[in-house]
Amino acid sequence: MQASVIVFPGSNCDRDVAVCVEAAMGKAPLMAWHGDASLPKSDLIVLPGGFSYGDYLRCGSMAANSPIMREVVAQAEKGAAVLGICNGFQVLTECGLLPGVLMQNQGLNFVCRNTRLNVSNNKTAFTAQYEADEEIIVPVAHNEGNYFADDDTLKQLQDEDRIAFTYAAGDNPNGACLDIAGICDKAGRIVGMMPHPERRAETALGGEDGKRMFTGIVEALS
Amino acid sequence: MKATIHITLKNGVLDPQGKAIENALGQLGFQGVDEVRQGKLVEVNLSESDPAKAEAALTDMCEKLLANTVIENYHIHLDSE
Repeated sequence: MQASVIVFPGSNCDRDVAVCVEAAMGKAPLMAWHGDASLPKSDLIVLPGGFSYGDYLRCGSMAANSPIMREVVAQAEKGAAVLGICNGFQVLTECGLLPGVLMQNQGLNFVCRNTRLNVSNNKTAFTAQYEADEEIIVPVAHNEGNYFADDDTLKQLQDEDRIAFTYAAGDNPNGACLDIAGICDKAGRIVGMMPHPERRAETALGGEDGKRMFTGIVEALS
Repeated sequence: MKATIHITLKNGVLDPQGKAIENALGQLGFQGVDEVRQGKLVEVNLSESDPAKAEAALTDMCEKLLANTVIENYHIHLDSE
């Protein structure tokens, strides 16, 4: 199994997520630079959190148009599993692999705290090790995590069971539509989420709720 | 040829920054401000001299990068100079 973590200028969770991927699959992922025009064939591609390109223009918009993303999109279309965390989720919406957009938090503040999440869909390639509707705790750290899409798109996400995670009742940190914390593509192989599973993947970090994202995808791809 | 592109949030899309500015204006004593919406302004200098071609290129730029049409509208203004 080959995994790649894409590194943009301004990514800051790339090494954390690489530690989680390595712990799950027993082999370090390839760290791929944003300016590379080619990417070795990867079964798993992770777009990490951070502030790619300084969040210029719109969060994720510059990264979505970087050379490596043409390769990421091409491999995703051929079935590679893709996980976008926080800024990575913003990149996935900006490049069109996932619908909608992450807008500025409704409260206008950067929010950095644990959130309670419901695993709304445990049939994606990443969430199979969670129970259906299991409540887990995963931290968020973002200023633009307010998921927005038009009503038709939201209905489609619901009808196709593509909402992977929601914030638990009363714990929506950003005003996201339908309390959406993470969504997936139709096949459940591309997942974008605002919370950071890599920040709660070891007991030393306060809990292991995020770890099953990584062990789950490795199991699914093995 | 110089072009100015205004990028604004679509109607119905919540604009918390605009709301905060509106409240701040009220606190400064400015009366009668019903609504504030904040957007972006992008200036582009083009070597193209044909307005139709320039507008087509700018539209493409807006669709591909400058605006996110899920939430934003854009208006292209070509300077006649």
